Amino acid sequence: MFVDTVVEDKALHKPAFLIGLSVAVLAFFFAFNFTNTIFGEFLSPVIGNPEESGLFGRFVVSFVLSVIFVLNLLAISFARLKIQILIVWFELFLLFLAFAYSFDLKLSFIQSRIGLMISKGLFTTIYISAVSIVIATAIAIVGAIAKLSNNGFAYAIASFYTSLFRGLPLLLQVYLIYKGLPQLGFMVDAIPSGIAALSLCYGAYMTEIFRAGIQSIPKGQWEASRALGFKSGLILRKIILPQSIPIIVPPTGNQFIAMLKDSSLVSVLGIWELMYLAKTLGQRDFRHMEMLLTAAMIYWGLTIILEMIQARIERKYQQKT
Amino acid sequence: MMSSEITNQNPVISLKGVNKWYGDFQALKDINLEINAKEKIVICGPSGSGKSTLIRCLNRLEAHQDGQIHVTGIELHETMKDIDIVRQDIGMVFQGFNLFPHLTVLENCMAGPNWVRGIDESEAKERAMSLLKQVKIPEQADKYPEQLSGGQQQRVAIARSLCMQPKVMLFDEPTSALDPEMVSEVLDTMVELAKSGMTMICVTHEMGFAKQVADRIIFMDEGEIVEENTPEEFFNNPQNVRTKTFLDQILS
Repeated sequence: MFVDTVVEDKALHKPAFLIGLSVAVLAFFFAFNFTNTIFGEFLSPVIGNPEESGLFGRFVVSFVLSVIFVLNLLAISFARLKIQILIVWFELFLLFLAFAYSFDLKLSFIQSRIGLMISKGLFTTIYISAVSIVIATAIAIVGAIAKLSNNGFAYAIASFYTSLFRGLPLLLQVYLIYKGLPQLGFMVDAIPSGIAALSLCYGAYMTEIFRAGIQSIPKGQWEASRALGFKSGLILRKIILPQSIPIIVPPTGNQFIAMLKDSSLVSVLGIWELMYLAKTLGQRDFRHMEMLLTAAMIYWGLTIILEMIQARIERKYQQKT
Repeated sequence: MMSSEITNQNPVISLKGVNKWYGDFQALKDINLEINAKEKIVICGPSGSGKSTLIRCLNRLEAHQDGQIHVTGIELHETMKDIDIVRQDIGMVFQGFNLFPHLTVLENCMAGPNWVRGIDESEAKERAMSLLKQVKIPEQADKYPEQLSGGQQQRVAIARSLCMQPKVMLFDEPTSALDPEMVSEVLDTMVELAKSGMTMICVTHEMGFAKQVADRIIFMDEGEIVEENTPEEFFNNPQNVRTKTFLDQILS
């Protein structure tokens, strides 16, 4: 969104809105009874034993919570934009930690397994995703050119391919390739089948991204190149594709991030990547949450790094053109 | 070269009975035209009269459906193998410049000679610089097109075409997209080019330019050539009613 030059009053600073919000928040905390949580314990000097405090205790707890909540919002609203963003991120992260903490996690269990999760699981996940994105990119370039060509065979094959692989759930494709190919006589290992499924699926999505990128270049560029005597291949290579790259990069980055997470689906083939290890390592000791949350944090951290790289690449292309 | 020998005797461009349709709409009607080496032709007419379509048929950016077009002795048709060879000899300047935005001015000018004609980089660079001097913007060589004004971009586009050392230059409304104060710098460049003896076919509304350089003015309306004459006759003694109406509108 493009910001106007006129600043509107902050909604939070209007009394009517503030009162309305306070009532709504109070109602929310009252409805989801927080008396039997850590907050009730904390307020026991006022309300006595939380278990026996009844409606009075429930009201006091929700009242205190909503006052803290609204005051917090008000305080943040006076800060500068960047500080606001930082504080809200920090608070939401604390809430997430509190959520994790509420499972009574055994940190030593995580410590003893995290080495394997990273050296084996994270490595395999990155390896599978990286190989797949390279193959998917190659498929996408060929697919996009085929879809834009006048060749009936090329168009038919490419559009059949994108239709099929965009039309099936990725999990189903993983199974079809892993279980289907051996029946045709091709023995494939789990990792190559996983890579094949991911590449084919994302290659189909990226074919459409590349096609749109190529089509977004004005036809005057084709005409000017043709008028100079360029042949089609040269026009694509030197004029059209270089100009499509800044258009293609942002959605391709999104695809890569999505693929990284979807690589968890190949865990059904027994590949020792992050998701598989997260499921299996905690099983014997009934410590599921420890491993699932660890995997969650690793995936999250990875995608944050990728988003930062993507932002850098986008900035680079914006400067150049 | 064979083709240059032919052009000395025959017209560089000849059209015989050319017709073109867009669906049911007839864009060109029975066009007959011969253009000799070193001739300067100005094509004018109201919008939708087919003048841009005509000029775009000469390097087959558009296809004609009927009749014959010969360019430098080679007939243009649907199944020809060597259209890119013909196009190398015909420069074209567009209304919207169509420079390559991801290449610098210099690279724009080197692209054709280097990638298409296979001339090595240092020579292509030398040629590009000398033509940028000719259009009077050598100091912009390392900038990107979007950093230049419209007039400068169009002069780069002219230089880019000339780098291919074409036999004919086509101009498709080269000043129509320019701010008024930039029209003259582009026209000056075109006048210079005309003096150098280039064969030029220009679709334009700039009647001053037409008077100054044209050997012949062709007036088109509704897809046909209505009148074809020298500038003196065309402006002072127009024959056709449609020509008179057009001149009244454009010169008033």
